[in-house]
Amino acid sequence: MERTGAQVLLECLLQEGVESIFGFPGGAVIDIYHHLPEYPALRHFLVRHEQGAIHAADGYARATGRVGVCLVTSGPGATNTVTGIATAYMDSIPVVIITGQVPTPLIGNDAFQEVDIVGISRPCVKHNYLVKDVKDLAWIIKQAFYLARTGRPGPVLVDLPKDVLQAKTVFEYPESISMRSYNPNLAPNRRQVRKVTELLRRSRRPLVYSGGGVISSDAGEELTWLCRTLRIPVTSTLMGLGAFPGDDPLWLGMLGMHGTYAANMAVGHTDLLLAVGARFDDRVTGKISSFAPSAQVVHIDVDPTSIRKNVNVDVPIVADCRQALRGIREELEICPDLPDWSEAHQPWLEQVGEWQRDHPLRYTFSEEPIKPQFVVEKIYELTKGEAIITTEVGQNQMWAAQFSKFHRPRTFLTSGGLGTMGYGFPAAIGAQVAFPDKLVIDIAGDGSIQMNIQEMATAVSYNIPVKIVILNNGYLGMVRQWQELFYAKNYCSTCMHLNPDFVKLAEAYGAAGFRVTRAADVERVLKEAFAVPGPAIVDVVVEPEENVYPMVPAGAALTDMLLV
Amino acid sequence: MRHVLSVLVENEPGVLSRVVGLFSGRGFNIETLNVGPTLEDGLSLMTITTSGEEQIIEQITKQLRKLVTVVKVVDLTHLQSVEREMVLIKVNAEDERRAEVLRIADIFRCKVVDVSGNDLTLEITGDQGKIRAIVSLLQRFGIKEFARTGTVAMRRSMQVD
Repeated sequence: MERTGAQVLLECLLQEGVESIFGFPGGAVIDIYHHLPEYPALRHFLVRHEQGAIHAADGYARATGRVGVCLVTSGPGATNTVTGIATAYMDSIPVVIITGQVPTPLIGNDAFQEVDIVGISRPCVKHNYLVKDVKDLAWIIKQAFYLARTGRPGPVLVDLPKDVLQAKTVFEYPESISMRSYNPNLAPNRRQVRKVTELLRRSRRPLVYSGGGVISSDAGEELTWLCRTLRIPVTSTLMGLGAFPGDDPLWLGMLGMHGTYAANMAVGHTDLLLAVGARFDDRVTGKISSFAPSAQVVHIDVDPTSIRKNVNVDVPIVADCRQALRGIREELEICPDLPDWSEAHQPWLEQVGEWQRDHPLRYTFSEEPIKPQFVVEKIYELTKGEAIITTEVGQNQMWAAQFSKFHRPRTFLTSGGLGTMGYGFPAAIGAQVAFPDKLVIDIAGDGSIQMNIQEMATAVSYNIPVKIVILNNGYLGMVRQWQELFYAKNYCSTCMHLNPDFVKLAEAYGAAGFRVTRAADVERVLKEAFAVPGPAIVDVVVEPEENVYPMVPAGAALTDMLLV
Repeated sequence: MRHVLSVLVENEPGVLSRVVGLFSGRGFNIETLNVGPTLEDGLSLMTITTSGEEQIIEQITKQLRKLVTVVKVVDLTHLQSVEREMVLIKVNAEDERRAEVLRIADIFRCKVVDVSGNDLTLEITGDQGKIRAIVSLLQRFGIKEFARTGTVAMRRSMQVD
């Protein structure tokens, strides 16, 4: 039986096990939408802006570990996804983006709603395709999903001209994939693994620095085993939060610019840094030359380009994090005369414990105005780490990372690499679609929530009960903090003079709205908001000039921290 | 240090811009770039000369390998290899100087590919040193036009120490 390109695409999505598509129709993809009702297993969520669609697909992917799918039309529909594509690319999130394109005879003619999205997106996708013949469609979709989820995951874009969607062919889904140019290395090199175990055996002050790669390779369990068995303290990047239980005594909290004192000091004094699925981002390392100055560095990463990009590495292991950690475990299990780890690392653990005791994360409580950190603490208390937390970007994001604890992978979704304001809310929608029964909370700022607030219509229309907690300080808080500390308090263009009434805004969309101004009411109102059946906004009026501490000024050494 | 990379790629639309975009987007430098199809269907060979510290070159080769359309990357710099470039030079050669230009052309085993009353166009192949040498010799006559292909290179079959 012959099918149109549009039907072939939808058949492919079924074969890939896709359940949810986030999208926005338009002339170039109207054929896909025309056939969509024939495929009731594919649930389509109509967003209000294409950026919402790609972030929702990304949030879905981060929460589930599966490939998120986003479907938009050509031209502006396609370009509106670019920020979200770059977001997914920087954080290595598997997303397949289907864009419509003008009919092939019109390509290059500046046709209506034509844009070279393959060219535009090239620097921020793992790979992309322009399908020119309907006969190529099935294998391209198969490859796109395969590329998105394997190796170092990432976004893959497929551009579909309208005439290809209308052309007919016999649908046949290829069973296997062979690509001579793409064979990610997943198994660790045995000799390198042996070197690591040798270093572990000799080290007296080891430290694990884990990143998003541990989460994307589902290596949380292996990491936890290694650290608990060998008594190694753990710190992680923003992207790595949740891979190691946040209530474990070995957990030091996040490192880097707004990392904990203990984590950053530990980096400064460790003799063996075990970097797993992390890429030594500048927000993590601070001044490179004083990063882990006395350590030998082991770097495990599936992407060879991550290794030695920023720091010198003594033992590189190009492999899937999970397989590499398993390899280390197996090697340790056959290793004779291992030290008594507790004893060997005791002085180090005591030192680290002292740093934790002397300089914990803290803030000064006040009843009114409310302190934002207090709100995050309350959210954690009420949810006990069971909720999926997304964030926007800025102070809200850092407080969410600092003052919550994450016990499980895929429960903290945030734009790490690109720092995309407006990410949290649509991502929360994506996560909630995947887990309708979980509590999903977007911790937001008053600035960034306004970047994709239109998705409230999406949340309301599908009854996606996402809760938004706005830490409303009336500022673009993180930039204001930099202006205060490094630019002589010149608060140029960071004051949000005319914020909307967020309660009324929620109500205008048909969601529930709440406002809190006193600390004593925070718990009650949060409970109330979490209990309403649909989406809700809680507008928490917080201290306008509260800062995120500790802070390592950009370009300074990690041990050079501004404390509270 | 200068490096010569031999890059085997899938011969498909956009592959050149993927490679070039990688260099420009990451702030790497391309000195010369030469592309042509291979005998195997669907594959093209690029020869890229670039320069940078070892760590940068390592990044360049790794990043190239990471591109889905790149099949193989070989850094020829530390191997024994043959390097050639072809150049067309249109040089002033009015009557009294013509013989001298032709003599130089002869020494360098150039081919004269075009001639007029005022100038000669020479074709020359060689490695970078040879090209540099003839260019500097011909400059005093006045070079009117200059076109070069960029380096093509191949690993020598025998790698003798």
